[in-house]
Amino acid sequence: MDVLVVLRQVPDLVEDLELNAAGTDLERDSLKYVLNEFDDWALEQALLLKEKNGALVTVLAPDLPEADTSLYTALAKGADRAAKVSGDFVLTRSSHALADILAPAIRVLPHDVVLTGVQSAEDLDGQLAVLLGSYLGYPAVSVVTDVAVDGSSLIVRKEFAGGLCAEYEVALPCVLGIQAAVRTPRYAPVSRVRAVSKEKKIEVLSAGGIRESDLRIVAFRKPEGGRRADMITGDPDSVAQQIVAILRQRGLLKRSSE
Amino acid sequence: MAGVMVLAEHLNGVLADLSFELAGKGRAMADALAEPLDVAVLGAPTLASEFGVADRVIAVTNTTLEVYSPTAYRAALAQLIREYQPRLVLVGNTSIGMDLAAAVSAELSLPLVSYCTGLRIDDGQIVATAQLYGGKVLVDALPATDHCIVAVLAGSFPADAGRRPGQPSIERRELAGVTSGGIRFRRLIQPEAGDVDITRQDILVSVGRGIQSQENLEGVEELARALGGELCASRPIVDNGWLPKSRQVGKSGLTVRPRLYLAVGVSGAPEHLEGMRGAECIIAVNSDPSAPIFEVADYGVVADLFEIVPALTDRLKQ
Amino acid sequence: MTVPIKGSYVQKEQAVVEGIDVSGHWNRMFQQRSIFEYTPEQIEAIAAIPGAESFAYCYQCGKCTGVCPVDIVGDYGPRKLYREVQTGVDLFSSPDLWLCTTCMNCLRVCPKAVDLIKIMPAVREVAINQGKFVPSELQKALENTARYGNPLGENPRKRADWIKEAGVPVSIMAQLKRPVDVLWYVSSYTSYHPRGKDAARAMARVFTALGVDWAILGNEERDDADSMRLAGEKGLFEMLAEQNIATFNKYSFRKLVVSGPHELNAFKRFYPAYGGTYPVEHYTQFLRPHLPRLRDLLRKPLNLRVTFHDPCYLGRHHGEYEAPRELLAAIPGVELVEMGRCRQNGYCCGGGGGGMWLDSFARDHLKLRLSDRRVIEAVETGAEVLAVCCPFEVSRFEDSVKATGNEGKLIVRDIIELLDDSMHG
Repeated sequence: MDVLVVLRQVPDLVEDLELNAAGTDLERDSLKYVLNEFDDWALEQALLLKEKNGALVTVLAPDLPEADTSLYTALAKGADRAAKVSGDFVLTRSSHALADILAPAIRVLPHDVVLTGVQSAEDLDGQLAVLLGSYLGYPAVSVVTDVAVDGSSLIVRKEFAGGLCAEYEVALPCVLGIQAAVRTPRYAPVSRVRAVSKEKKIEVLSAGGIRESDLRIVAFRKPEGGRRADMITGDPDSVAQQIVAILRQRGLLKRSSE
Repeated sequence: MAGVMVLAEHLNGVLADLSFELAGKGRAMADALAEPLDVAVLGAPTLASEFGVADRVIAVTNTTLEVYSPTAYRAALAQLIREYQPRLVLVGNTSIGMDLAAAVSAELSLPLVSYCTGLRIDDGQIVATAQLYGGKVLVDALPATDHCIVAVLAGSFPADAGRRPGQPSIERRELAGVTSGGIRFRRLIQPEAGDVDITRQDILVSVGRGIQSQENLEGVEELARALGGELCASRPIVDNGWLPKSRQVGKSGLTVRPRLYLAVGVSGAPEHLEGMRGAECIIAVNSDPSAPIFEVADYGVVADLFEIVPALTDRLKQ
Repeated sequence: MTVPIKGSYVQKEQAVVEGIDVSGHWNRMFQQRSIFEYTPEQIEAIAAIPGAESFAYCYQCGKCTGVCPVDIVGDYGPRKLYREVQTGVDLFSSPDLWLCTTCMNCLRVCPKAVDLIKIMPAVREVAINQGKFVPSELQKALENTARYGNPLGENPRKRADWIKEAGVPVSIMAQLKRPVDVLWYVSSYTSYHPRGKDAARAMARVFTALGVDWAILGNEERDDADSMRLAGEKGLFEMLAEQNIATFNKYSFRKLVVSGPHELNAFKRFYPAYGGTYPVEHYTQFLRPHLPRLRDLLRKPLNLRVTFHDPCYLGRHHGEYEAPRELLAAIPGVELVEMGRCRQNGYCCGGGGGGMWLDSFARDHLKLRLSDRRVIEAVETGAEVLAVCCPFEVSRFEDSVKATGNEGKLIVRDIIELLDDSMHG
């Protein structure tokens, strides 16, 4: 069975996110990029399928900043093949644009199952996994927390609110939006990543056309106002005192003094 | 092309609060556009009468919709949109909504805005405000065409506005081609029972990534006990296995409305806020002054939680 | 009375040992009897790893068990590890692989020089490379260090933010553009952790008051990663060493002064092999010759009973026991009392060898955290202050003070904070 994992780079939220002068996007020059956390879970799920069912794992990324690092790390973790789609695109906040770039590439790479993270920090125009399903014409399920192979189909666990889950049998080929896996993403030792980056190659595919976005950005802005908190200051003991006073005032102190 | 269409969300025969939040906002938008409001209920026609706030309820009766199936629901929703041609479609940004919105957007070339927390009309055009980047940035987006679909975060609009008495006209429809396709439902798996039901607690103390390690939970558990409340957590804590799923607050967890929600080391990503912004009194402790949790909290403390938690526990024991 | 001998003996017809012919009854030996069923494969597998050869030298005398800090709060020690492996435990997958803090007390007393300081990183590296279990808190610290240059996962561009509240001007090498006397390597915890920043500011003030010509790297500084190396991530250590050395080599300085013993270890023992040889001192060693001038400046009597915790990597690993004590003795009003386990027999705080990020894991295997045990010992001396000089220790011990119910009885201070307090308080 061939599993293909799509890896996306997103702005690293550890940074202060500055807005550009026009207020229509982030100030991209000062951004650092990191692998989308949910894509890491998708990769882990793929590697679990490799361990359990002998699947072959291909990782595919659009050529965004530091994508190479993510691809080499994936190879170091056990992926069998890595490819990236390069082209005349600067950034792809748009999931539709990413799907335009990735779907043709996926078609030429081996895949029975396509996995990617359920969402990202900037998928304003919808979830990539589901879009890929539509573009490729495959059934797609998102918010998946477990995947098992059952003959020529998959048994997939989808999660709803409150911990309620449902199990579905999904025919191949399919696309899954991964939320979590049964174990946390494994570690790739630095020496292995460095060794891999010297020994292995990332195949490069050319991007095709990207449709124009059907959303116009009016503004990017920082949240302000609303129900802003009254800040409590002071040393820990003083803060504790103030909090207890607030609780007493609101009738929230459950126990009278002992 | 006319009207606002809201997709009601239900699971296991129960309508989600979100459905009324969408219906209420749908009503407001429909009125502002001087157009009618439709509410679509798939696979559970008995729930149709709940939507007095709508002008019309379209109850799709196909039995293949009785249990949630991504492909069947997609097919049904796409057909409804094609037929009724609403200007604005509202779905929840939920596990169900995420399966549907992007697929329908692709199939019908409908502009889609996700993570929506605000909707308004500017010069006759619909502007949706989305919360991105872990809640750190708001984006105002305008669909480039006259029609669009918007996925709304739970808790963004008041549910009360959607619970109005009324006599909507109810249209029962049986659609063609609504099958489960390559995705076959097998069974429901209930969350582990036997643990505390945090949705019934008056007082909750919530931990987030700031707690750093499992062993630090003990100190916060003590605080929860001192307050007479229970411990709950954001998704990363539960994903790590440090607390059971039944303690998870947020989009993929539970929605809680306690009298007191004390958030400790929780940054306040939208998925988490969704689950608790309705709490009566929110107090947040976080070392990051720009943590989004402070936007919804009533009181905030910018400090090291490892100092505040024991100090507060001590004070409460006095 | 002769004891009947069971078993037969063998005697080689021809026996030559180191050129000497010992044929004859000299080489008579008893046939090897089986005294246990275990085979030596597991031990040999470990001893075959470069760096871990000495694992096989153990002859079970047990001297190490008496001094191992982990054994005092659990069940551990090189002798026990050897015995476990002998009986078939797979050390690569065992939780016991992650409990050693590389404090070196065992090596100090071992007659066979079984060197866990070399064995642990070697075996851990193999375990990590084989995809064996890595405790999750440690994994996070490793990933953070690789990506952000510090285990806390803080923004590298904010590493020098602490200087804004230092109260004295702080020069950054890249902006200073001239040689300095002292390049002070601040370290990650000192730069980012709230209590670390207290020590950083104190250091800046003390250096300035002494008229030292000093500067820091600021945001160019990366973690020394010595503890990550000991936790099995040699690749990470090398990557950061390359970066740090390239940065150090851009500048001209007479001395490299460090905040803590772990970076002392990295820079002194390991960096030369990667092309970075610098005269490096721990800050207490650097300040000792300044004592005459320091004494004039230490005006305020602190009137405190202080006990000093010898950091493993300054004391046992680098032989420095006196410099910190001399500084403390110079502070007016300080009464120095010693804990029983001090100097060469100092009791580890549990932070070394990766232990800093293994508390949540160790909790399942120990009766008490090492730092908790140490705090109890400190309180027993009647001291009011536990003085330290390693950036890992302040947060560990302060947490333990709370965890052991000693809040109000003991405070934890870096020596530099005490000096600063006496100077400027």
